[in-house]
Amino acid sequence: MKKRYKLNHRRREAITGFLFISPWILGFLMFMMYPIYFSLKMSFSKVYITTNGVDTQPIGFDNYKYAFLSDPDFVEKLLNFIKFTVIAVPIIVIFALFVALLINQPIRFRGVFRAIFFLPVVITSGEVMNELFSQGAASLPMLNKYGIINFIRMSLSPAWAGPIINIMQQFILILWYSGVQILIFLAGLQKVNKQTFEAAAIDGASPWEMFWKIILPVVKPFILINIIYSIIDIFVYTSNDVIIMIKDNMFKVATGYGYASALAWIYFSIIFVILIIVLLIFSRKEEYFKIEKNG
Amino acid sequence: MKNITFAKKTNFFLKHINFDKIKIALLGRQGNDGIIFKTIVYYLLISVGFIYLYPILFIVSQSFKSLEDLLDPTVVWMPRRLYLQNYIRAFYSLKYIETLAVTMINSFSPAIIQMFSCALVGYGFARFRFPFKNILFGIVLFTFIIPTQVIMIPLFITFFKLNLLGSPLPNIIQAIFAGGLKSALFILIYRQFFTTIPPSLIESAKIDGANELKIFYKIVLPISIPAMVVVFLFSLVWHWNETYMTSLFLGDKLTTLPLKLQTLNDEYSRLYLSGSVRQRIDINESIRLAATMLIILPLLILYLFAQKWFVEGIERTGITGE
Repeated sequence: MKKRYKLNHRRREAITGFLFISPWILGFLMFMMYPIYFSLKMSFSKVYITTNGVDTQPIGFDNYKYAFLSDPDFVEKLLNFIKFTVIAVPIIVIFALFVALLINQPIRFRGVFRAIFFLPVVITSGEVMNELFSQGAASLPMLNKYGIINFIRMSLSPAWAGPIINIMQQFILILWYSGVQILIFLAGLQKVNKQTFEAAAIDGASPWEMFWKIILPVVKPFILINIIYSIIDIFVYTSNDVIIMIKDNMFKVATGYGYASALAWIYFSIIFVILIIVLLIFSRKEEYFKIEKNG
Repeated sequence: MKNITFAKKTNFFLKHINFDKIKIALLGRQGNDGIIFKTIVYYLLISVGFIYLYPILFIVSQSFKSLEDLLDPTVVWMPRRLYLQNYIRAFYSLKYIETLAVTMINSFSPAIIQMFSCALVGYGFARFRFPFKNILFGIVLFTFIIPTQVIMIPLFITFFKLNLLGSPLPNIIQAIFAGGLKSALFILIYRQFFTTIPPSLIESAKIDGANELKIFYKIVLPISIPAMVVVFLFSLVWHWNETYMTSLFLGDKLTTLPLKLQTLNDEYSRLYLSGSVRQRIDINESIRLAATMLIILPLLILYLFAQKWFVEGIERTGITGE
């Protein structure tokens, strides 16, 4: 008797739970699952827009082959974008940690500083960013004064000088990506027990030592979160060259939806691979530290 | 003779200075509370803060410049006179009132809906045990990393077939189903928040005979207002700034403020360049930046009032995964 009641109770809870999340399940099936399936299918097809709707004709891997072998722009744009990400993400994360450490100090006007550093999260839209970039409001004013850009162009190979100059020219916008990351670090830093600092200070630890021995271990998981967040943030940001190219191809008669879908899938697989690489690197390091601690 | 007295005097002087106190004042007890350290911290914060605000200061200063000031290299930050013509021209070129209204409808309605629908789903994940729960929640998080570019073409076709393009409805419908812009993040925020509600509170309501839905909106939602405000604000701001899907969904019929920036040149020349030759003034950076300022102004005002919610929300709702 009792057992049966429990089973019923459990089943009822499960049904209620499913009912609560049912809007998401439906939405996921309609606006995620089906589009994902459809877009995969299109990426392997030639897509025709007819008066009745969409007509697809399977062509195998042709779209993908075209992207890598024949398209004059795609590979180059993609590589440039990956290089951009590889340089920009560490800048964002280190800058965010730096600012979070500064704001975490017991200082006056902490709220004001926090408000300043979070402001870009609120006002950045792709179009506004483009505008700022094209008006030259995005680069550090001193860069042009001291000829740093020319120096880089002279001393590095063009394959890397391009992305680096690109980053320098929109340096402030890249810093602008770090608002959320700063707050995530700040939340992490506030978990460090104040007494730990006091104890370390009594033992004669310098701020430098405190950073490496106390703060960094605590902040470490947040570094991973922030790297992942930054990568996703940059990848879904709507004004990068690859995304613009995908959109342009959608409405081109010669290439169309099929080719645009293939580009989108290549783009997504690259994010996915990069995220997995990041996770692998970091989880390995974590293990290494564990062994060191135990041994 | 003189030297000896001087030495004596200095000796006396040195004896009466407490070096430890000075050292503590300058370097601090813990290495981070001395004057030197604090000066460095403030110096860094102010200079980094300036770099951070540089684009905004640039917009403000540039947008008030008349053409002469703009062309004059000696005028850097402060325009010679307050020139409001840029703003007036930008205001008309943007069709400000009309576009602002569209932008507001297009961002407020999905934000309000997402605030409720994601709460419902987040509550489902936080409170009930059901099979495949972890897998399903994993899928929720996974949707966060799928770029819209992958699904946007089918979505576009779907809403085209439903004849909903050219209206805010595609965004609204997705919001109803706890989908759309960054809803995975909102579901996560809610889930984290709801797990902090003490179960005894919900149990007692249950004993009083309330059903689950009633408990949700009579007890859970009222104490979750902080989380709801955070979700609403972020959803609002992100919908406001979103231009990629919005431009696809709205098409040519409607346009939001950020989108209007793309067509500003055409609109401007249509308005101001068709007149008589004497009045012709080409669009210049100042006018474009005045338009940019008008576009971010509503968000700046919102941020001014709701700043605390934005900044503290991330910590308070435990998005960092406690």
